[in-house]
Amino acid sequence: MASASTYVETQSRPAAFWGLLALGGLFMLAAFAAFLHFEHSGHVVTGMDNQIVWGMPHVFAVFLIVAASGVLNVASIGSVFGKPAYKARAPLSGLLALAMMAGGLAVLAADLGRPDRLIVAMTHFNFKSIFALNMMFYSGFFVIVAAYLVTMMDRSLNRWSKIVGFLAFFWRLALTTATGSIFGFLIARTAYGSALLAPMFIIYSFAYGLAAFLIVQGSMYAWNGLALDARILARMKNLLAVFVGAALYFTVVMHLTSLYFAKQEAYERFLLLDGGIYTAAFWLGQVVVGGLLPLALIFAPGATQARVIAASVLVVLGGLAQMFVTIVGGQAFPLEMFPGYAVSSSFQDGIVNAYSPVPGEFALGFGGIALAFLITVVAVRVLRFLPQDDFAALNAED
Amino acid sequence: MKAIALAVLWGLTFAAAYAAEPGRTPLPAIAIEKPGQCVEPKDVMRRDHMKLLQHQRDKTLHQGIRTKKHSLNECIACHADRKTGTVLGKDGFCQSCHEYAAVKLDCWDCHQPKPGQKTASGAKP
Amino acid sequence: MSENNSRRGFLATSAAALAGLTLAPGIRLVEIATAKPDNEPVTAKVRWGMLIDTTRCQSGCTECVAACGKENGLSEVKKPRTDAQWIRKIDLKELKTGRALSLPMMCQHCANPPCVDVCPTGASFKRADGIVLVDRHICIGCRYCMMACPYKARSFVHEPHTDQNPEVPRGQGCVEGCTLCVHRVDRGGTPACVEACAAAGHNAMLFGDLNDPESAIAKRVREVKTTQVRADLKLDLGVRYEGI
Repeated sequence: MASASTYVETQSRPAAFWGLLALGGLFMLAAFAAFLHFEHSGHVVTGMDNQIVWGMPHVFAVFLIVAASGVLNVASIGSVFGKPAYKARAPLSGLLALAMMAGGLAVLAADLGRPDRLIVAMTHFNFKSIFALNMMFYSGFFVIVAAYLVTMMDRSLNRWSKIVGFLAFFWRLALTTATGSIFGFLIARTAYGSALLAPMFIIYSFAYGLAAFLIVQGSMYAWNGLALDARILARMKNLLAVFVGAALYFTVVMHLTSLYFAKQEAYERFLLLDGGIYTAAFWLGQVVVGGLLPLALIFAPGATQARVIAASVLVVLGGLAQMFVTIVGGQAFPLEMFPGYAVSSSFQDGIVNAYSPVPGEFALGFGGIALAFLITVVAVRVLRFLPQDDFAALNAED
Repeated sequence: MKAIALAVLWGLTFAAAYAAEPGRTPLPAIAIEKPGQCVEPKDVMRRDHMKLLQHQRDKTLHQGIRTKKHSLNECIACHADRKTGTVLGKDGFCQSCHEYAAVKLDCWDCHQPKPGQKTASGAKP
Repeated sequence: MSENNSRRGFLATSAAALAGLTLAPGIRLVEIATAKPDNEPVTAKVRWGMLIDTTRCQSGCTECVAACGKENGLSEVKKPRTDAQWIRKIDLKELKTGRALSLPMMCQHCANPPCVDVCPTGASFKRADGIVLVDRHICIGCRYCMMACPYKARSFVHEPHTDQNPEVPRGQGCVEGCTLCVHRVDRGGTPACVEACAAAGHNAMLFGDLNDPESAIAKRVREVKTTQVRADLKLDLGVRYEGI
């Protein structure tokens, strides 16, 4: 193998840099204001209620967490599977993983009913709870990915990067399996309670993570006036297509199987036909915008970097739609406590639950993205994350 | 460097001594409404009341042990201010001491600081 | 010592009231459990349960709901989407046959509670005697138990409260649900809903120790067919229904 790739900091453009920080700071300020408002007045000021208990903040948070674990894929392909083009991108991938995970977890913590009890959450663990296991996985994720970054960027520790890379790879698979199982382990609701949700979340993470990486990488290249080598672009876009295709496959299998079960029929009819916004979010958002359109953009002849970035943006939007359908749609459909009966009560039993998120919930969600954004912007300016490809190795591979 | 550190330390000690002067910091208003014996000696209470409450709460919730000795409601029944009827407020038994010690009181988000409070619809529990 | 006298007095008056409430020989619908001493922990020898006779339950009657609200310091429901409802009346209509019935639904106090499994801090827990509770001291308000409950038993407290019943602490940011009036049961009483239903003359709700073969509830579930809601989930509920 030829010599290791070199890394540089991004170009210095002070005005634009501070402008980006100000932009991120503004979103974080809005998120913080929303957090204080929810904390002070209680969740009654949000659109979440006793029927839709997890709303827009959770959509953003779970998306960020899933994408964070997936963005580390790029590094894993470099360390675990030894591809040099990906090896050059590994530090940036590790940084993004940390930044997005931090953003997602911040939103989750901010939406707790009692965020002042985070210490309680860190010291009392019910090990049977997949949520508690998730928290342990997230903490471990930070430590392992930080160690991974150090082994990659500190030349004296480079020999450890493969082993830590393996550890990061398996830890991440376990983490995303656990995240999917948050929903997969729930027997109460027709939309959840499926073993398929864990591998689906793994595939989603691959797709969303790579899409996020492509967006950030594209932005960094544009900022520095560089162009991504066509061969690397080709590889990465095809990989994105594979992941998006796999995600579509899982979606099809899940719903086809559900349609086969009489007891799932009501929910499937709701989701696929007459669920209003959830049906629109599923077909238009998850399937078309998140699946079919990006595939078309990637495979149409003459795929430029701009088109690949556009496809990535669509995948991200589709991912948010998918989280909305999974998290909110699953709660909107009423609990089927008495099959064969129509029920009604003062506690919204038997009806499709309405949900009108307030702006503060979006502010909270965007705040998570802003946190990831700020961490990334500062880090790539201060440390050397911009990948400089080692073309000798690339040419040797071809 | 050493000189600066020494100067800072000296300044802090001075400030601390200044603040500790009697009369400069409002002391807690500990008014014992029902004189007599508390369930534990005064110094034990001062030091350990938080531990007693914490163990009692776990015993009550998890084991259904509802003994009166360390019950929070019994503390409130005795220590609630006669005028305001609560352990909170500017001179409230719990609050004034906790404000002095700058220790946040988490209890009263959930627990009723007034003894024998009627329920929302007016009936006694 | 006045403590014991008032307890004796309570048992005496209740026994007298009980005689008046007897409907059929040998079947007492309001069960007075033997009070355990205050300083002894609860054990698994007892399993508290409830039996609800839906044939006696009338649509439109909300005595149990009102009593629960009064007993536990729940404010009157003005915002039905966010106000806590520990018990609610559900009106059912069988789609194929048109048969209509009504029943109260509350926490079913499962023996295998999904809410206990999923709680990250262990705040949602099952007591030895079968009552499923939320330890609000360690609840962080994540609402995962609300996602997990098949009966929508739990409510989240969306607003600050100051009017709590001293026996039932509750406050903003934590999740809560029917406690089977544990503060009453521990002292030998019965849940407020059961008492109110009996006081109103409907006698649709029966409370008692399922593990005691001589208790009214154990006898009744031995004699008549009772069902658990969502029995297919195999959660082994403490609340059973007659007539569904």
